[in-house]
Amino acid sequence: MAVVETRGVRKVFVGDTPAVDGVDIATEEGEYLVLLGPSGSGKTTLLRMIAGLERPSEGEVLIGGRVVNDLPPRARRIAMVFQSYALYPHKTVAQNISFPLAAGGMPKERRPERIRWASSLLGIDHLLERKPRQLSGGERQRVALARALVRDPQVFLLDEPLSNLDAKLRTSAREDLKEFQRRVGVTTIYVTHDQVEAMGLGDRIAVLDKGRLQQLGTPREIYHEPANTFVATFLGSPPMNLLEHDGALVGFRPEHFLPEGLVSEREGRVPFEYQVDRVEYLGSDRMLYGTIPAIAAGVKVIARLPFTVTTPVAEGSPARFAVAESSLRFFGKDSGDRIAPQPLRGVSA
Amino acid sequence: MTTAAPEAATRPRERNRRYLFEREGVLGPLLLLPSVAYLLALVGFPLVMAILYAFTDITTGNPALHFVGIDTFKAALADPVTRTSLRNTVVFTVISQVLVVVLSVVLAFALRANFRGKWIARFLILLPWTTPIALGTIAWLWMLDSIFSPIDWVLSHTGITSPGSHMFWLGRAHLAMGSVIAVQAWRMLPLATVILLAGLTSIPQDVREAAEIDGAGFWRRMFGIDIPLLLPISAVALLFGLVFSFTDMTVVFVLTRGGPQNATQVLASWAFFRGIEGGSLGEGAAVAVFMFPVLAGLAALILRMVSRAEVS
Repeated sequence: MAVVETRGVRKVFVGDTPAVDGVDIATEEGEYLVLLGPSGSGKTTLLRMIAGLERPSEGEVLIGGRVVNDLPPRARRIAMVFQSYALYPHKTVAQNISFPLAAGGMPKERRPERIRWASSLLGIDHLLERKPRQLSGGERQRVALARALVRDPQVFLLDEPLSNLDAKLRTSAREDLKEFQRRVGVTTIYVTHDQVEAMGLGDRIAVLDKGRLQQLGTPREIYHEPANTFVATFLGSPPMNLLEHDGALVGFRPEHFLPEGLVSEREGRVPFEYQVDRVEYLGSDRMLYGTIPAIAAGVKVIARLPFTVTTPVAEGSPARFAVAESSLRFFGKDSGDRIAPQPLRGVSA
Repeated sequence: MTTAAPEAATRPRERNRRYLFEREGVLGPLLLLPSVAYLLALVGFPLVMAILYAFTDITTGNPALHFVGIDTFKAALADPVTRTSLRNTVVFTVISQVLVVVLSVVLAFALRANFRGKWIARFLILLPWTTPIALGTIAWLWMLDSIFSPIDWVLSHTGITSPGSHMFWLGRAHLAMGSVIAVQAWRMLPLATVILLAGLTSIPQDVREAAEIDGAGFWRRMFGIDIPLLLPISAVALLFGLVFSFTDMTVVFVLTRGGPQNATQVLASWAFFRGIEGGSLGEGAAVAVFMFPVLAGLAALILRMVSRAEVS
């Protein structure tokens, strides 16, 4: 049974443009589901509707198989970690963690044990007497997690919990989050705009744009089999190259666009004449920026060569590059949706 | 080329003058000067004079400074009216401020909610603060008039009092005190409400939402989150209210002039009647100086709270 499910959920705030426009998502038990999308895609609004902080204009939200549209947040057995952590500034860490217990009516004498359990799980035992303003960003995040965890919720809702940490801390906090969820095993819905977080954390990723679900799948599916051009270009850095050819869009990832000799003929090599305009050395990678005049003269095509590829490439000169046929993706020119592979006539150099 | 040399020579000086105002050592004192002058002339000087006068037997008829030690204080204390005034001041201040605190919390919570006509409600509540104190109090003087009081009319027409009867709001000791306190609370309420409303809106939305998700109902959110977070700012509002009310005489002066039989006399009005209207400058000053220790204590508290708020 799905722990959290949304059925045709819509949310219109003002005017006609919906923030969330008919989203159907169902999580599986113990799953880590990531809602990924650019800002304004409706991912936070969707999360807030699941939490009960916003009421859907249409559609249903189900938690544990029950329609919860009319239930206030506290009746939903959910826990949420906010982007700002939203710790209670006047309470100590222990009081912060204890607050949901007290609100849930747990007798006073049973709370300390629960607080100890949650704080030791997150390694914040030594901070219990501090106030939130005396904590670092990473410590605050752990307190917020402990406060969410302590009540034993059915679902964790996390709203960009890493975005307030600096880049270095973010990587280790990401690992901690994953490890934490693995240990606790609670279904988690995680909102982010950061594709690296999404790929690294999610069992499945729901890609949202303009309030609509673009694709729902494992990180591998989302990356390698994008459902449309939005997903294809939103994930991957640099994004997938898209070239118009013969009434369709041909896409391939920069890392699949390699010097001809490195693509084996057995995979069905599709060679191109690649005009390289600029070369960037990024240490582990070499980025090439150029065009494929035979298909689309004005469209920038990026190639990403790992440092292990030592083929010399000169700026301003044509080179022979190729893509394996299996790495080509095709999209409808107008719809942007994925279509069946098309033969590439007359492009081969 | 020949003109370039003298120009270059004057340049450093010119530059100095041009950036004069950007030097903290110049701009700081300059900007402080008006308020320092104001404080010295209109607060510092009268305060020193008042304390000085309190140790003399100066009157408007005989303005010579003749020091008599603490005789003036003894005389003022021996006067039962001074002691009544002292007690009245405390009652007047404390009760009116308790009313203000309770009502302003209720009002601030009510005004934070979204409802139709919210702006007009806010406007009406702020109105007393924008009218000059004396004018507002004169309006109350009519409301509480011994014969034409509309309050009496309403009371007798709703059958609460017998038809045609009069309450004599300002003519009976306890009613007069109650009226003075109510009007003072009415006056101080808008400011306190606005301060609390600002405090409420400064509580981050997500902290309140977190409490909601953590399972807190309305009362737990109010007493567990909102009110504790409001405490620092409301303490400042309360202290200001206490200082204002303790030293204020406008409401008393306009409504009752301290009467009936000094039942509503407060230290400020008594000092005024003694010192200015009665001409005994020394004794008036001595009465006013009674307020000094209380005010100094409150002021020290305010300063401590403000500096602590800055740190956190």
